[in-house]
Amino acid sequence: MTRRVAIVGVGISKFGELWEKNLRDITLEAGMYAIFDSQVSGKDIDAVCIGNMSAGRFTGQEHLGALAVDMGGLGHIPSYSVEAACASGGAAVRQAYMSILSGEHKVMLVLGCEKMSDVSQTEAMNTIGVASDWEWEGLFGATFPALYAFMARRHMHEYGTTEEQLAKVAVKNHANAVHNPWAQFQKAVSLDTVMTSGLLADPIRVLHSSPVSDGAAGLVMCSEDIAKKFTDTPVYIEASTQASDTLALHDRRDICTMDAVVISARDALKEIGATVDDIDVFELHDSFTISEITLTEDIGLCKKGEGGKILDEGLTQIGGKYPVNTSGGLKARGHPIGATGVAQVVELVLQLRGDAEKRQVDGAEKAMAVNIGGTGATSIVHVLGR
Amino acid sequence: MYSIVGNHCTTCGTYYFPPRPVCPECRRKGHLEEHKFKGLGKVHTFAIVRQAPDDFKRQVPYIIAQVELDEGARLTAQIVNCDIDAVEIGMRVRACFRKITEFGPEGIIVYGYKFEPTMKVTGHK
Repeated sequence: MTRRVAIVGVGISKFGELWEKNLRDITLEAGMYAIFDSQVSGKDIDAVCIGNMSAGRFTGQEHLGALAVDMGGLGHIPSYSVEAACASGGAAVRQAYMSILSGEHKVMLVLGCEKMSDVSQTEAMNTIGVASDWEWEGLFGATFPALYAFMARRHMHEYGTTEEQLAKVAVKNHANAVHNPWAQFQKAVSLDTVMTSGLLADPIRVLHSSPVSDGAAGLVMCSEDIAKKFTDTPVYIEASTQASDTLALHDRRDICTMDAVVISARDALKEIGATVDDIDVFELHDSFTISEITLTEDIGLCKKGEGGKILDEGLTQIGGKYPVNTSGGLKARGHPIGATGVAQVVELVLQLRGDAEKRQVDGAEKAMAVNIGGTGATSIVHVLGR
Repeated sequence: MYSIVGNHCTTCGTYYFPPRPVCPECRRKGHLEEHKFKGLGKVHTFAIVRQAPDDFKRQVPYIIAQVELDEGARLTAQIVNCDIDAVEIGMRVRACFRKITEFGPEGIIVYGYKFEPTMKVTGHK
């Protein structure tokens, strides 16, 4: 049995506030781009998997698997909808990976989508809030930014991480997004702008937080043995791992460490017999700037507490030793929840193919995506290689 | 949730709040007993919420914290009777009974715990 699954096509919609389009339009757009990119014909696709967190609350539409098959004109093939909060996209990729490895399906279309801007701010906050432990956190007034502020405050207390270091994550990711045509904010921001932006939940500011976004991303995946039929430049999923942690942040062993990330990243590297130094480019889940800092520590780019320091040293910039979030990350590319995990993989496929243009990391051969759900209760890691 | 009743695993000695159906350490070997927490603890970490959903808008800015109870468990709650500039990590707090929110147009009222600095009540830390 083959141990690798190939990605033979990628597609992505523009991310942002897309008032003129609905959920169907953007999902279809991403899916069609992915199919055109791969030269796969519709009849080759034998299943669809779609990641989404909460279309039922954001747009009033569920049953997205059938919707995608229907809108794509793909006939009577099976479809799967998967939900894992902000890790729904990563979960969809992993679901397809497992389905293809098992031999059940040969060629799959993977989608991730979310349309978040059609509801009021309160409704959006409440809907995002259910990704945490609603009954024991949200009900008492803990908003999502507040939960990440808990981590940031404690990280500052234990390791001396500064507000300036938090802000530098946003500055770096916005600078990368300038060169990403699909990004929500193709706009650089200065350190001063970030550090004086409005407070959401001290010490988390507006510009420490990923935006409310609409967007979709798609992949065509198939078994390794037939990949060359569809493209000359397949990218392979070399490892796919997943781990869980407590739903509520207050139940964690240590709120500055996402154990699910530590475990899933370690397992992924073990599976391919590599170390983190063998990875050339990373997409890490920076829903808030503090999460990029903790994730760089948790996957082993530095010791616990030094996530701010490696940022100061420029190690995570394009051109640095460990380029992180070349796409602009969730912070600047945008964070349409269900689409994010798929969009991370899209960016890394472009990097490995050498198609990332001005964001290109020279000679990238291996890449890692870390997609987390909630405050780290789900972590899904994919390692890709050429 | 009115009086912070959780549970205690007599096998491994860990206290849990909110109460758990199964001890994650001992699983089926665990023996969980109901435990009423004293409601004393300290601030583990906190945030000042300035943008909140409608249910909490009238209270903005408010302090939300993770409180580490003396028995060991942590929980998430608001800190009241405290200036937003006065809260700090490690501050001693005690539980107090408060209205949390209302649900829907029928206005079903939810009561529960918030925390306040102990020095406000007893005069010392």
